[in-house]
Amino acid sequence: MRGYRYIEGTATLRVDRQRCVGCGLCVLVCPHRIFGLSAEGLEVRDPDLCMECGACARNCPVQALTVAPGVGCASALMGAWINRLLGRKVLLGCC
Amino acid sequence: MATTASRRDRWGTLGARIGIIRRNYRVAPGLYAVGTPGPTSPVLITANYKLTFDALRFQLGTVDGWLLILDTRGINVWCAAGKGTFAAAEVIERVRGCRLAEVVSHRQLILPQLAAAGVTAQAVRQGCGFTVLFGPIRAADLPAFLAQGKQATEAMREVTFTVAERAVLIPVELFLLAKPLLTTLALVFLLSGIGPSLFSLTAALGRGLMLLGATLVGIAGGAVLVPLLLPWLPGRQFWCKGLLPGMAAAALTCSLVSWSTLPEAFALALWTVTVCSYLAMHFTGSTPFTSPSGVEYEMRRGIPVQILASCLTLILWIGSPFF
Repeated sequence: MRGYRYIEGTATLRVDRQRCVGCGLCVLVCPHRIFGLSAEGLEVRDPDLCMECGACARNCPVQALTVAPGVGCASALMGAWINRLLGRKVLLGCC
Repeated sequence: MATTASRRDRWGTLGARIGIIRRNYRVAPGLYAVGTPGPTSPVLITANYKLTFDALRFQLGTVDGWLLILDTRGINVWCAAGKGTFAAAEVIERVRGCRLAEVVSHRQLILPQLAAAGVTAQAVRQGCGFTVLFGPIRAADLPAFLAQGKQATEAMREVTFTVAERAVLIPVELFLLAKPLLTTLALVFLLSGIGPSLFSLTAALGRGLMLLGATLVGIAGGAVLVPLLLPWLPGRQFWCKGLLPGMAAAALTCSLVSWSTLPEAFALALWTVTVCSYLAMHFTGSTPFTSPSGVEYEMRRGIPVQILASCLTLILWIGSPFF
C-alpha cells in the first residue's frame, strides 16, 4: 500500500523458515503483500507493513507463521482496557 | 436478485454511511441467485451487512452465480473475520443448512480475500468438503477475476486507502461523536461558570460557548482534516499526525473566538489541539494498515500527553477568571 507506513518494529509477525513447506497461501492472503516465495524459501519483504490481521498465520497449514492478531483500533483497545479495569466482559465495539 | 440499486437501496446506503442505521443494516443469511445460475455456476460467499451485500451484487450484472450470505450480525467482511463471526464454522453451517452440495455439482467456494483473517481454508474443506478459493479483495474486481479463470492480479489482492475511501468515513466519524459531545457540553458549561462569584450563569453561557467552539473546531480538525490529509501528515503515530491539523485548528479557534485574557486563549488553543490529536488517534480503527501492537504503542505515549494537556487546559480555563 503505497503512501502509508505505520510505526516501525512493533509488529509481532514471526516466521519459522524451517517449518515452511512453500504452499504460498500466506503470500496469497496477505492484504499488504509482504511475503515473497522463491527458491530460497519464504521471505518477509517488509515486516513493518504488517497490520497483524492474522490471515497468514490462520491459513498456514504447518504453523510456520505466528502473529498476535487483532484489530488496530484505539477505541477497541480503550474499551478492552476499561473492561479489564471494571472486570466486565462485554465488548462494545464500533464496527 | 436485483443487481442494480433501487431508490430504497440508495437511501439505505446514505443512512448507513451517516451512521443512523449502520448498526442494524443487514440482509437475511442464506442462498441467493444472481442471473440464471446452474449447477456449475460459481458460489460467492460474503457477509450479511447490507452495504457489503449491495457492493457485491451491484457488480454482478453480467454474472450468473450463487451468493451464499453468512450471518455476520450485520458486520462487514473484514471486521467480522477479525471478530470471529466470519469463520470456518459459520461457512460450514451455512453450506450444510442451504444444502449447497445438492444445488451445485462442483465443490468450490469463492471467499473474499479479507475473510482469510477469520476463515481457515483447510477447516472448511474438512468440515463440508468444499474447497476455499480466496478471490479478490474488492467486489468490483470479481467479474474480471471470474473472466480470467479465477486468477487475481496483484492489484486485486492489495488493500488501498484512497482519498474517496477516506472521505466516505467522515460522516460516521462525526455521527459517533454526538453522544460524547453532549457529555462534554454539560461539563464545558459547568466549568465555564466557575469564577470569583462562585458560579455565574452569564459566564457559563458566554465562556461555555467559547470552549464549545474550540471543541467543534478541534473535531473538524480531527475527524475531517485528518482523514482527508492522512498520507501527507507528518509523523507515524496518529496522535502526532493530529498535531499539525490541531495547530491549524487552534489558530482558527483563536481567531473566531473573542477571548479576553492570554491564559484563556492558551487554554482554547491547547484544548483544540488535544481534541484533534485524540480523534486522530481514534482514526486508527478506520484505517486498513494500523496494527494492534502499533496502536497500543502509540496509545501508551499519546494518552499521557493528552491527559496532561487536558489538565493544563482545565487549570488555565478555571483559573483565568481569577487572574
